Amino acid sequence: MKEYQTITEISGPLVFAEVDEPVGYDEIVEIETPQGETLRGQVLESSEGVVSIQVFEGTGGIDRNASVRFLGETMKMPVTEDLLGRVLDGSGNPIDGGPEIIPDQRQDIVGEAINPFSREYPEEFIQTGVSAIDGMNTLVRGQKLPIFSGSGLPHNELALQIARQATVPEESDGDGDGEGDEDGSEFAVIFGAMGITAEEANEFMEDFERTGALERSVVFMNLADDPAVERQVTPRLALTTAEYLAFEKDYHVLVILTDMTNYCEALREIGAAREEVPGRRGYPGYMYTDLAQLYERAGRIEGKDGSVTQIPILTMPGDDDTHPIPDLTGYITEGQIVMDRNLNSQGIEPPVNVLPSLSRLMDDGIGEGLTREDHGDVSDQMYAAYAEGEDLRDLVNIVGREALSERDNKFLDFADRFETEFVQQGYDTNRSIEETLELGWDLLSDLPKTELNRIDEELIEEHYREDEQEAAEVEA
Amino acid sequence: MSQATDTEAVDEDGVIESVSGPVVTATDLDARMNDVVYVGDEGLMGEVIEIEGNLTTIQVYEETSGVGPGEPVENTGEPLSVDLGPGMMDSIYDGVQRPLDVLEDKMGTAFLDRGVDAPGIDLEKEWEFTPEVEEGDAVEPGDVVGTVPETVTIEHKVMVPPDYEGGEITTIKSGEFTVEETVAELDSGEEIQMHQEWPVRQARPAGDKETPTEPLVTGQRVQDGLFPLAKGGTAAIPGPFGSGKTVTQQQLAKWSDADIVVYIGCGERGNEMTEVIEDFPELPDPQTGNPLMARTCLIANTSNMPVAARESCIYTGITIAEYYRDMGYDVALMADSTSRWAEAMREISSRLEEMPGEEGYPAYLAASLSEFYERAGKFELINGGEGSISVVGAVSPPGGDFSEPVTQNTLRIVKTFWALDADLAERRHFPSINWNESYSLYKDQLDPWWESNVAGDWSDVRQWAVDVLDEEDELQEIVQLVGKDALPEDQQLTLEVARYLREAWLQQNALHDVDTYCEPEKTYRMLQAIKTFNDEAFEALEASVPVEEIQDVDATPRLNRMGTAEEWNEFIDEIESDLKEQLRALY
Repeated sequence: MKEYQTITEISGPLVFAEVDEPVGYDEIVEIETPQGETLRGQVLESSEGVVSIQVFEGTGGIDRNASVRFLGETMKMPVTEDLLGRVLDGSGNPIDGGPEIIPDQRQDIVGEAINPFSREYPEEFIQTGVSAIDGMNTLVRGQKLPIFSGSGLPHNELALQIARQATVPEESDGDGDGEGDEDGSEFAVIFGAMGITAEEANEFMEDFERTGALERSVVFMNLADDPAVERQVTPRLALTTAEYLAFEKDYHVLVILTDMTNYCEALREIGAAREEVPGRRGYPGYMYTDLAQLYERAGRIEGKDGSVTQIPILTMPGDDDTHPIPDLTGYITEGQIVMDRNLNSQGIEPPVNVLPSLSRLMDDGIGEGLTREDHGDVSDQMYAAYAEGEDLRDLVNIVGREALSERDNKFLDFADRFETEFVQQGYDTNRSIEETLELGWDLLSDLPKTELNRIDEELIEEHYREDEQEAAEVEA
Repeated sequence: MSQATDTEAVDEDGVIESVSGPVVTATDLDARMNDVVYVGDEGLMGEVIEIEGNLTTIQVYEETSGVGPGEPVENTGEPLSVDLGPGMMDSIYDGVQRPLDVLEDKMGTAFLDRGVDAPGIDLEKEWEFTPEVEEGDAVEPGDVVGTVPETVTIEHKVMVPPDYEGGEITTIKSGEFTVEETVAELDSGEEIQMHQEWPVRQARPAGDKETPTEPLVTGQRVQDGLFPLAKGGTAAIPGPFGSGKTVTQQQLAKWSDADIVVYIGCGERGNEMTEVIEDFPELPDPQTGNPLMARTCLIANTSNMPVAARESCIYTGITIAEYYRDMGYDVALMADSTSRWAEAMREISSRLEEMPGEEGYPAYLAASLSEFYERAGKFELINGGEGSISVVGAVSPPGGDFSEPVTQNTLRIVKTFWALDADLAERRHFPSINWNESYSLYKDQLDPWWESNVAGDWSDVRQWAVDVLDEEDELQEIVQLVGKDALPEDQQLTLEVARYLREAWLQQNALHDVDTYCEPEKTYRMLQAIKTFNDEAFEALEASVPVEEIQDVDATPRLNRMGTAEEWNEFIDEIESDLKEQLRALY
């Protein structure tokens, strides 16, 4: 290991140093400041004679006399099953006062792409107990489903609720190999925080401790006042740990990453410091690839019992889903859960707007033998009916309710009940999928049978509540 | 492609000078543009993309972490090429045609390791070769010398490579051979094997382009019915995320009546490719009943796989498509998504510090796109036969804004435009192809086919549907202001008819066993049934029947079940006669 005192330039998070031996791209660097502090960084560009280094902890305190050591390897995460129950900082060092971590393996944090041929298609239903998700945008094991939120919306509450309640109902684990079936219903939770406030962090930690979830969690904390550059490493450490637990130790892992917006800001900061040609809104042109390298680390692998399911959270700047961060995320992830400010101000908990929400893997994870035969049709019908009711609301504002036909009024009522009874449930209610679907039929039975054109006729016969229809008519 | 004359020919390897992500520069490398090189101690595959003095710039198709200056670079002296031969059907490749199943075996892990190479086709497997020519026959480039049963569906034709001279056959064999063994010899001294190589960035030669007159039947009502694509045509599917681009592409790959399907997953999701890998071997091809995979070649370069290989996967795909076209097949190529390809170009371009064009894309974006789409078409082949390549490119515009460069440059080239609409997707109207924005310039040239193969009055019925939908669009604006009930009765009825057009005809459930594929006859009959309702309903209205009573007729909601009806002919007949009976009973 060679040591240099050859720093030529320090600019933002970057340090340039002269070297006389070749240094590998992405290699880890230790910089010792004259005050005796050791900072860590990574090689961003390596050419004959000069390397540029990105310093994770920020370049404060570094001067031209600081010494630079190249460790000759890329960044590794020490992983072990003992990490469960531990709290680490954004660079992976324990901050819970617990014992030192004795690694079982050291894994490269960049991670390699999963061969698409080796993947197993995710189709095991995860019951989150949240109707707006289970019923309308079902999550499955191995999926990456982000929460698109905005500042001031209760995305953290929803994420915690999912982390607390997520199970895989027994009967749907139909592989019958006995392995993974017992502990299969519970998830190990990896929590990667990037740039969240200390207050938010406390909320999470308190909830984890209160519910005992910490025992099956690994927490990575990069707080708002921690160095921004470190945010680039935090999610990779979290995902490396997740992959280890899932694919080496057969855990079903749920990874919650919050807040991806802070991650992207850090990416932009580094891009700017490197004087790169910026892409849309100043974010680097490779942001799609960079985000994909995180999000694509979710999935299942054939022949392995574990799985990695990801719920990244991002706050959309200005609630604008065309902003590059949500936009690129939406193109990579398998759907999105969208939080809505209007629903929130109406007091709907969780304020999930199902219309722009989507789960791409839903269709294969639901139906007979997985959830229930009528699930797909019910969800489709509720989408269509709610969308129609939503449209009519605009009209009501202009012409008033009386001017609308009886049919239109029924759709309006449906939309209202959908929000206040189906989506609304509170953060402590855990609804089974049966309950969710029955609730759906309660609502749909307010509509005339002939309007249920998305549902198979036989299913209508089986589930439609005739009496409610009559009752509704009597009332009218 | 002559070698630079001002550099001395050195046989020694070059040396890495700098590494920045997928872009590596090397000194002292004797290479031509687009030569394939092996970079570093691990031998990572790369391609020469710039030469400046003694400095050669290389884009590397694999992750470059840990690679450093001083490591060697070895030149193969060959441009990036694909192996073409039997075994490509029923395969899944990465962006540089490495078979992913073989890579899994060789690497021994589910994760993609570096520095592992594998030939695009199995060099050891023996294929049954049946000659089609005899000794003494004269053959020219492109001529078929024999056939190989590649899969249950596809008969692979072994051709004289296009860069051969041709001549008289002196020896021709029959029996089982590997792709590397010679099966025919010519008097020119040339030997023919069952495989050939072709550089991906160079179009395979073909004769003149012809005007396509036959539709690529997709089995999707909105596409076949309103915005058809021709065999040999080009189409773009732009849409914001969640609007159903991938499902639409996969539906095309599943049901279109092409002989061969090349499906390129370019920078998209890994799980989506897995879905295709798992589904296609099980699904039957609607033409032959054989597994779909038997006519399909998959190229998967997911978003987290190296960006340079994403740039090349489009070329790999189209070259494979051209090879099957040369056999006289109708090939359909789906590229999902061309935006990711354009972004890969942008990423490489910015690492090269090229002067950026619009939105940071390289200035040659438009040229690259048109070059790619121009490789589609219905061709007269060099052997005198006919073959076609239809190209369908998905576009993922940032923020769903169609004014961005990739969408705009694509629209300048393609003749069919299927605009996906987030609003429709939100209300679960699938396929969410917006009927007001989409268009097809092939409509007129395909009408004769529909008229002689499906129904003589096809273009009239279709035009009727288009008119009703247009009228609905206008009426909706008024409805938004005053409500539906304020409209005159005939306009209310038009809205009702338009609703059935949308819900019963345009909407199609890709997940329903029956509805997922709709043959042209059914597409026509369903439309006709709605028109019957329209005609009968307006007759009733003329006879002063109130519009509410017309709307309440029992038979009409059953129009919505036409798509999912198995015995659709009987079902539609029954609806039509019920409609007539019930509506006429009102007056």
